[in-house]
This record gives sequence, structure tokens and C-alpha cells, in this order.
Amino acid sequence: MTWNRKHLLDIQSLQPEDIQLVLDTAEAFKEFGERKIRKANILLGKTVVNLFIEPSTRTRISFELAAQRLSADTINFSTETSSFRKGETLKDTARNLEALHADILIVRHRSAGAPHFLSRVLSSSVINAGDGAHEHPTQALLDLFTMREKLGRIQGLQVTILGDILFSRVARSLIWALNKMGARVTLCGPPTLVPRQLEALGCRVTHDLPEAIAQADVVNLLRIQHERQQRKMFPNLGEYSKLFGLTIDRLNQMKPAALIMHPGPMNRGVEIDTEAAESERSVILDQVTNGLAVRMAVLYLVSGGVVPLQ
Amino acid sequence: MIVASSRVLVDSRTIRDDLARMAREIAGDLPGPEDVLVVGIHHQGVRIGAQLQRALETIWGAEIAGGTLDIGLHRDDLDQKPVPRLRPTMLPLTIRDQTVILVDDVIHTGRTIRAALDSLHDFGRPRRVLLAALFDRGQRCLPIAPDYVGRQIDLKGEERIRVVALENPGCFEARIDGA
Repeated sequence: MTWNRKHLLDIQSLQPEDIQLVLDTAEAFKEFGERKIRKANILLGKTVVNLFIEPSTRTRISFELAAQRLSADTINFSTETSSFRKGETLKDTARNLEALHADILIVRHRSAGAPHFLSRVLSSSVINAGDGAHEHPTQALLDLFTMREKLGRIQGLQVTILGDILFSRVARSLIWALNKMGARVTLCGPPTLVPRQLEALGCRVTHDLPEAIAQADVVNLLRIQHERQQRKMFPNLGEYSKLFGLTIDRLNQMKPAALIMHPGPMNRGVEIDTEAAESERSVILDQVTNGLAVRMAVLYLVSGGVVPLQ
Repeated sequence: MIVASSRVLVDSRTIRDDLARMAREIAGDLPGPEDVLVVGIHHQGVRIGAQLQRALETIWGAEIAGGTLDIGLHRDDLDQKPVPRLRPTMLPLTIRDQTVILVDDVIHTGRTIRAALDSLHDFGRPRRVLLAALFDRGQRCLPIAPDYVGRQIDLKGEERIRVVALENPGCFEARIDGA
């Protein structure tokens, strides 16, 4: 199995073998990250641009460190400092970056499909770091990597995704990735954030938290996005946390080996309480470490040559 | 890849004898099992290395350390074709002052060994590195020579030798692919 893609735009268009290859490659980079000297030359002389047209700290830092460990030159380009404020279009900004010979463009944008658009108009490789409510492929890949590392497999796992799912690109990528790899997905949260229509993605929807977590091997919590509160998706944070927050008592109702995951940043006291977040079943910090390995793997894979399909 | 033909070039009994002879040669040249580390190069060198390690342990009557080395990050052709599969490198905490016996199944151009030496030196400074290859098919492009060779083989340019692990653990045969 070889990787023969120039871009990583979404999970939906990947084959299970592609996902497998990313996870296997990330395993090698996880080992690499534990070495005394964590530097390889494979992107030496190449330029990686972080084009973040939406605020992000952890994803950007993770990509930046991944690129630096592979010896790339990195440029950070974010909304606060860019000419977007002066009205430049996405295409013009990206073309300018390309004129500086950017080899890999890591794109976060508030519009779904922005990375796909850029991949059509530019000659650089494009990696999607989150586009609107569409996808966040590297987050899903690092979640799968963490599940496989801790539980030994993905096939057959029962995974519950809990919280703000309707507008979540993290959830969408994760659902597709888990379905492709043979896990069973349950979605849970208030009906406004987890409508029945999401079952069309190939998962089960329930609004009953105790039932959703009782048989789960993994409970993946999503951040409650305060900004959504203005749209009155649920009455108030206190009620949300009472009905859907993962407390230590609820955690104790779960299977003994079940994992707690969260893509961060956490709202302690809303979707998760401090005791649950810091319990030994929480692998939230492992996710951060693994994110670096997965992003190095993705940079490595897209940096290779591509053979035209016959 | 379409393989036009494939036939057994060297059978498993011969390979077993070759490996045993290489182990005797190595044991004859080294003072003993102390500070010896057998490192197989991914992918097939790992399995050959494990066999060689066992053979040396039998001769010396003592355990020696083993490891695996992935060379993908040091290849010189990364942007020319789809990148090679990477695998974790497993080495002891330190290789400083160790005698490393680097093991691969086939030595050809020498590029793999060049990359392996660079990979190894990311982990420290071994006292000495020796190279053992089950097959030497010549046609070197770099000034690199193995210290221990199972068997020399002459192949035409387009022919490829492939060492295959058989079902019986520790048994290998060499097949030749080519037009």
C-alpha cells in the first residue's frame, strides 16, 4: 500500500487503506518523537505555510512543530495579521504565497470547501486543518490513532460522540473515519445539537446520556461552543451540564476500560467536570502528543511524488 | 507490480547454513557477546537479523541485544516517487560504545546502507559498525562493502532478488523476479 495523493482535503474521500497507512506511518513518527534528537531532513528546503483564516492555537502549533521537526521552513499567516483585513480574496492571498514557492499549504477557513477550492487553483499540496462545519481530517486521524494505541483496534469499537455535533467538523470527520474502519458510532446531546437527521451519516442518535455511555468503549466529548448560545440552541450552560455533562459519577457508570477523549479546548464544568477530565481514563493529553505524530505523518505522505493513476 | 516470472534461487536449507556460517565468522572476529548489538534494517533485514542474533546467542551461550532500524527518513529519493512505508525504529536506550552488527537481506547499490548509517547516528556514536548481508548482488554505487556475506549472486540489471519468510518461523528462501 502506498500513498498516492497530493492533498489531504477530507476523510470522506479516503479509502480505509489510506487511513490505515496514515495511522501506521504515525506510529513511526510517535517513536521518532520519543528520541533524544527529534529532527529529520525530509522537508529540508521546503516551505510550509499555515494559512489560518480562522483563529486556532493548538492545531496551528501542532502543524508548525510537525513541519519544523521535519526541517521545513514555516510561515504563519493568520487573520489578525493578514491583508484579509484589507479585502484581499482567498485566491489572491494563496497565489501570493505560492509565488513564494510554498510547497505545502495548511488551510483553516470558516467556509466549507475552501481547501478543496485552493487545491484546484494552486500547484502546492493542500492540507485541510478545518473548513467551516465540514471536516477536520487530522483531528479524526489523531483520535483514531489514540483509540488504536490504547485499545489495540478500531474495528468493532463502540464510540459515543457527545455534545455539540450539528455544526462540528470534528464530529463529521470522526464519524466518517470510524465508519470506514468498522467502528459503531452513537451520537448524543440535546435534540437541537444532535438532530435525528444525523443518522443519515451512518450512526445512531440518542438523547439519553446514561444509555449512550453505558456500553461505549470510547466517549468523545465535543466542546460546547459558547458563541452558539446566542442562537439559543439550549436554555443555559447549567442545564446542559446537568443533562449532558460528563461527571465523575457518570464516568463510573461506564465500562472500566472505556476512554474519555476531547479535542480541546475543554470547558471544565460544562461538558466535563475536572475530576473526569483528570481521571486515568482521560487520554486528552495523549491526543495532543499523538496529533503531532499524525500531522508529521500527513506532511511526510503528501510530500512524496505522485504516480498518475492508470 | 506485475511479476513476469518468479522462481526459487536459493532454498531455505542453504540460507540456514549460510546464516550459521556468518554467525560463526562474526563470533570468531569479536572478543565476545559484551556490548554487541544486532540491528536489522526494515523490512526483511529485521527477520534475518533476529535469526543471526539467535545464532550468535547459541554460539556464545549468552543473550545479546537486538534492535530494528527504519531508514525511510534518510532516503535520497523522497520527492521522486510515493514515499516509502515507515516503521518504528527500536533500539536500546544507548548505542554509545556498542559494536553494532547491521543486518540486511540484500546489498545492491549501497544506498540503503548509507541511509542506515545516517539513521543509526541519530541515536549516538557506536564504537564500531559491521555490516552483514545475506546476499550481495554487486553493482554498488557507493563506496560501501559488507563485512559478512551469505552468498554472492550475479543478476542481470532487470532481475530482482526477493527474500521471502516461509511459514516455518526462521526459515527463508530467495526468489528471483524478472523478465
